[in-house]
Amino acid sequence: MHLQLEYCLILAAALFCIGIYGLITSRNAVRVLMSIELLLNAVNLNLMGFSNFLDPVGIKGQVFAVFVITVAAAEAAVGLAIILAIYRNRDTIDMEQFNLLKW
Amino acid sequence: MNLAEGVQVVSFGVLALMVLGTALGVVLLSNIVYSAFLLGGVFISISGIYILLNADFVAAAQILVYVGAVNVLILFAIMLVNKNEDFSELPRRWIRKAATGLVCVGLFALLSTMVLITPWAIAPQPEIPLANTIVTIGKHLFSDFLLPFEIASVLLLMAMVGAIILARRDFIPEPRVEEPIATALTLPERPRELIKSEK
Repeated sequence: MHLQLEYCLILAAALFCIGIYGLITSRNAVRVLMSIELLLNAVNLNLMGFSNFLDPVGIKGQVFAVFVITVAAAEAAVGLAIILAIYRNRDTIDMEQFNLLKW
Repeated sequence: MNLAEGVQVVSFGVLALMVLGTALGVVLLSNIVYSAFLLGGVFISISGIYILLNADFVAAAQILVYVGAVNVLILFAIMLVNKNEDFSELPRRWIRKAATGLVCVGLFALLSTMVLITPWAIAPQPEIPLANTIVTIGKHLFSDFLLPFEIASVLLLMAMVGAIILARRDFIPEPRVEEPIATALTLPERPRELIKSEK
């Protein structure tokens, strides 16, 4: 009984599914961003698991995880700026009322 | 990792429970501030799992970037859009929630079946784990991942400029009357206006 790759992957899958549930059902725009962060963390967990178990010498998965963290930080900054701009224009953060692009 | 096998499995289990519990709290709690703080809990637990997976540098980067920057940014955003609005009730909302939950459970079942039946090419663990992951990551970053590294810096610059422009409050200044300022370099008389050539 020792730590196996499957544990990491199943934990990441569970985190990803929780993130998708929050992404679809939440109505607060800030909570949608939090769900996106959960999704990115699940992917990072996958990368770290693969890096440790499939490539333990040249740890390329960790380099990928560093890049994903960079992109996630940039995405969070831009996303929160967009939410602020929408909040100033529409005076609400309810996702159901952002229907300007509805056909 | 120099821990015994049992200790590793037990700490992985505890950290996994913390990750799942706090993530469910992020998604399900109704107060957005509690969600933001629980999100910090998710990040810290995940960084503990990284340490279990022999990745000390990424664990430190996770805490610095996620807990220190992203979580604080989200808290600031909550503070800036702090409006306790009661969302209007939508008809048949529970059907949507139930359908989404069903899809997510199905996705989880699919993914875990895939994980369990795939024969992974597990590499043999080295006798002594990598003593210094920072050196290895740095060598990767400046040799075979040099181009993505440079592109990431450009991406960060673009994100910074874009965030500033998007979040800036549009301020329309009053039209100012230009007062002629008398300095040592000011001409004593205005230069002659150019005579407009008439066509």
